[in-house]
Amino acid sequence: MELFWDILISALLVIGGIFGLVGSFGLVKLPDPMTRLHAPTKAATLGVGAILIASMVWFAVKQGHLTLHELMVTIFIFLTAPITAHFISKANIFRDWPAEKLPKPAGEGDWAVHTADADTSKGELAVDREKNIPHEND
Amino acid sequence: MITYALIFAIACYSLALLFNLYRVVKAPGVTDRVLALDTMAINAIAMIVLFGIWEGTALFFEASILYAMTGFVATVSFAKFILRGDIIE
Repeated sequence: MELFWDILISALLVIGGIFGLVGSFGLVKLPDPMTRLHAPTKAATLGVGAILIASMVWFAVKQGHLTLHELMVTIFIFLTAPITAHFISKANIFRDWPAEKLPKPAGEGDWAVHTADADTSKGELAVDREKNIPHEND
Repeated sequence: MITYALIFAIACYSLALLFNLYRVVKAPGVTDRVLALDTMAINAIAMIVLFGIWEGTALFFEASILYAMTGFVATVSFAKFILRGDIIE
């Protein structure tokens, strides 16, 4: 039984290490920002999840007491990773994709990023911002 | 066996952190830097947990929870700042 737990913990550690490495390597290697976004937010999350489960099993088996802190960290990361990915992709659309280049969304209205009360409807906001003095109205 | 797996995982995450650092220093756009910092925070959590197993102490979990929280808040506020030019409107 001891051997079984050893193999399980080692396998989880190795899987976690490989996924973390692949996620961060994808961040360097992939060609454009939107594809780069998906490497770390998926793979690094799975890697950290495997490491945290390995830690939980290790403390339960070797120290003889079950700790649920890791589960808390895992749940927190699993909840927050999509939110950060969503925010970063929104920031990326806002900076790099003018409204004309995007497809028209279904239903009423335009892309929320470009219809916010900061006037971005013409696109190329990054250029405009550098020309104008930002936040004269605020 | 666990020791070798632990060393392997620590080596992987060290390399991953170096990749992230490269992406923070040399990035084509500002969102890539934010993404690299977010990934760096997640990899740092993994490193803290691995170090906790290495030392055999449960003392480091609070550090990893704090890292998870502050990393999330930092990334969201960076993205909000890029989007709106302001964090709390």
